[in-house]
Amino acid sequence: MGKTIRNSRTRTVNFITYALVIIAYIILQSMVSSGNIKSVLKGMLVPICAYIVMAVSLNLTVGVLGELSLGHAGFMSVGAFTGVTAAMAMFYGIPGVAPWLRLLVGMVTGAVFAAVAGLLIGIPVLRLRGDYLAIVTLAFGEIIKSLINNLYVGFDSKGFHLSMLEDKTNLLEGGKLIIGGPMGIGGIKKISNLTAGFILVMITLIVVFHIMNSRSGRAIMAIRDNRIAAESVGINVTKYKLTVFTISAALAGAAGALFAMNYSTIVANKFDFNTSILVLVFVVLGGLSNMLGSVIAAAALTILPEALRQFSEYRMLVYAIVLILVMLATNNPALRALIDKLKPGRKNEEKEG
Amino acid sequence: MSTKKETVLVPMPSVNMIPERDFDKSPALECINLGISFGGLKAVENFNIALGRTEISGLIGPNGAGKTTVFNLLTKVYEPTEGTILLEGKDTKSLTTAQVNQAGIARTFQNIRLFQNLTVEDNVKVAMDSQMKYSLLSGILRLPSYWKEERVARERAMELLSIFNMQDLADTKAGSLPYGAQRRLEIVRAMATNPTILLLDEPAAGMNPSETAELMENISHIRDMFHIAILLIEHDMNLVMNICEGIAVMNFGRIIAKGTPSQIQANPAVIEAYLGKKKEA
Amino acid sequence: MSFLYFLINGISLGSIYAIIALGYTMVYGISKMLNFAHGDVIMVGAYICFFSLTRFNLPPLVAVAAAMLVCMVLGMTIEKLAYKPLRQATSLAVLITAIGVSYLLQNLALLLFSPNVKVFPSIVGNGKISMGDIVVSHVTIVTIIVCIVIMVGMTLFTGRTKIGKAMRACSEDKAAAQLMGINVDATISVTFIIGSGLAAIAGVLLCSTYPTLVPTTGSMPGIKAFTAAVFGGIGSIPGAFLGGLLLGIIEIFAKAYISTQISDAIVFAVLIIVLLVKPTGLLGKKTREKV
Repeated sequence: MGKTIRNSRTRTVNFITYALVIIAYIILQSMVSSGNIKSVLKGMLVPICAYIVMAVSLNLTVGVLGELSLGHAGFMSVGAFTGVTAAMAMFYGIPGVAPWLRLLVGMVTGAVFAAVAGLLIGIPVLRLRGDYLAIVTLAFGEIIKSLINNLYVGFDSKGFHLSMLEDKTNLLEGGKLIIGGPMGIGGIKKISNLTAGFILVMITLIVVFHIMNSRSGRAIMAIRDNRIAAESVGINVTKYKLTVFTISAALAGAAGALFAMNYSTIVANKFDFNTSILVLVFVVLGGLSNMLGSVIAAAALTILPEALRQFSEYRMLVYAIVLILVMLATNNPALRALIDKLKPGRKNEEKEG
Repeated sequence: MSTKKETVLVPMPSVNMIPERDFDKSPALECINLGISFGGLKAVENFNIALGRTEISGLIGPNGAGKTTVFNLLTKVYEPTEGTILLEGKDTKSLTTAQVNQAGIARTFQNIRLFQNLTVEDNVKVAMDSQMKYSLLSGILRLPSYWKEERVARERAMELLSIFNMQDLADTKAGSLPYGAQRRLEIVRAMATNPTILLLDEPAAGMNPSETAELMENISHIRDMFHIAILLIEHDMNLVMNICEGIAVMNFGRIIAKGTPSQIQANPAVIEAYLGKKKEA
Repeated sequence: MSFLYFLINGISLGSIYAIIALGYTMVYGISKMLNFAHGDVIMVGAYICFFSLTRFNLPPLVAVAAAMLVCMVLGMTIEKLAYKPLRQATSLAVLITAIGVSYLLQNLALLLFSPNVKVFPSIVGNGKISMGDIVVSHVTIVTIIVCIVIMVGMTLFTGRTKIGKAMRACSEDKAAAQLMGINVDATISVTFIIGSGLAAIAGVLLCSTYPTLVPTTGSMPGIKAFTAAVFGGIGSIPGAFLGGLLLGIIEIFAKAYISTQISDAIVFAVLIIVLLVKPTGLLGKKTREKV
């Protein structure tokens, strides 16, 4: 098989991305084991991993497929709540089970439930396009938030008990209320750690890169570039769109479970519209279809508000101004021309949404 | 109103005028009273043609005559409001655009529609998607089926590109190709879907005379090599008269004449459609 | 509580959504952008009105006029500084910028006005009138009347005046409008100014009905009004009116008859169902892609 210039460039970018993540992990993990790390940063390691997974998975929808999604946090939420519920039930149901196994079961459960939610939201995709689809994803995120805010789930010797709006779980003696409506989940064992986050990031990158370099990825990008032409060469647009929404949601669900098990309590309002937007900002600033960019943007912008702590109350203001200025600068024709001149090999890399 | 018998491209007793080699075969494509109206406006009506299995035919007519609309009907980009399309004798009524392509109709577009951000090679490979079998999971896990089919796809893509001498451009982004090359890539991409009928929408538009001459040769070559039927919309009369065996002329959404190139050239209705009616003295 | 009572309250809330949705829809129509900062202009309008009333003791009408003026200038400035340079950029770039502007306004408000809840004094007092066996507050009635006046006014404006026609022309085809001698930049500015002025009115009405004012007051009504605009068919003025009204009525009925906690979920679920049946909203134009 002939090696090609472009394939080798794609491979180089993928390799750099893997290498960056691995090196960052080794450095951070050694800092953690030697105790040589600020507690603020240590507390952010798992969220950074979760947000990287969120950004990369959203980039699959927004950058590679070209459909705007404003409800990605909804999938994170589904994953967080189902994942933690599964892990907690396991903790109470099977005494002495290893934490890593609970974490794994939690993340897999979160991914599966989020995938189902992704498939559900994928159905409107069959009929809607562009801004109308975006608004449906927004609505979906809000619905999920609202439903989880009113969901009560308990676990006792007879298994799970669900109720909506008020606590009617009627648990048996020794039972445990896991999700308590607007109170969310409390008493979570903090079993997430950097290694689990690192593995999830690597799995996400492998899945996304391998999809992009397969028949599915080509078809998905073809749909983005020209839907009618894609249909005219026999591409089943519906199937591929559903695939993307499902995979993207599953990854977000796993990230949600990972994220949630880094805290002792978690509430549905944490995963609201603003969180969806935050992840979208990572994707756009990192570059559409540019996974390396998403990784860097997610990590940098999760740390940035902390780094801006010295500005205390001005930090979100600074964040907003930086965001606007970056968008104005990157879309300034004169500046773009200059960047293109400096990097001749990279022109046309930027893609339309 | 035309009767059902007139559905053959070349006028009655025209079945015999389908190229001799296609005599004993059923037509590859047949349109019977095909029509569509957009909110009362009849863009195409009573459209009746039949294409021989290895025939090159032309669809000509002034701008706005409804030629591209016919292509959009054939490929189900628009759903016909009247009539029937028979592909290999089978009604395409319930099929989608993608399914029509899988059933054998491939097309190019008047306003080029390439996958701009994909390479030339990937543009061709996308079109092979429905012939590839490895699953999403095999792709993610890079199972042997992935490597095998990807290798085959690459070889086939290169072969197809070589028809137009484009194999050296395989790694170029489609959007940065020169105009003529983009038109040629659209044809290669269409051929990659393994069609029995190829619809070309103004393949020579914007090409210079030498490019057009080369294209003409390539179109005949494709027909001879793959044994397919080709229906093309074209304004370049030299090209149409030279390579088409049958021609249908459209004006105001209707077929106004059908016949061989020499018949069409002599047809007063065609001359009138193109040059306008002579003022009555 | 009677059906009629809920209906009137629903129409009143829907009127507020309709006024906000109108701003969204006009801006979308002309610049094809989702102006996420629109909800925060509502909040700014409410704050200006609040301080005009409480700190400077201005008469209510003057306070509303002040809020409108400030919001109009704000809308024009945002368009000039943040959106105009991005006219050739991708819609996603514009969307992110709009989100940046939204954050900026919220955080400026946080710094300038503090996060403390302000109790908004009703612009028309707290009077109520009883009609038969139901009691309706003045605010409710004023809101509905204002909405009707605005809708009739905007329909006449876009239909009859030169600027209104220019706005419609630019929405259809900016390049063609430019060739016909329409000043496209000025027309877009005017659209933002009008939209922001309407947002100020909506802010005042919103806070008169639900008197808690905080820097994020505009977010949720903004999102809901945006869905209302989509619901009715984005880009369509009667669509914004219809979408806003329906959304308000559905929300109040869901609260009254089903559950207060999940009323938002119901509203959004109805939106999704409507879009599944009518993919371009209730009154949206169906566009055919040219192939």
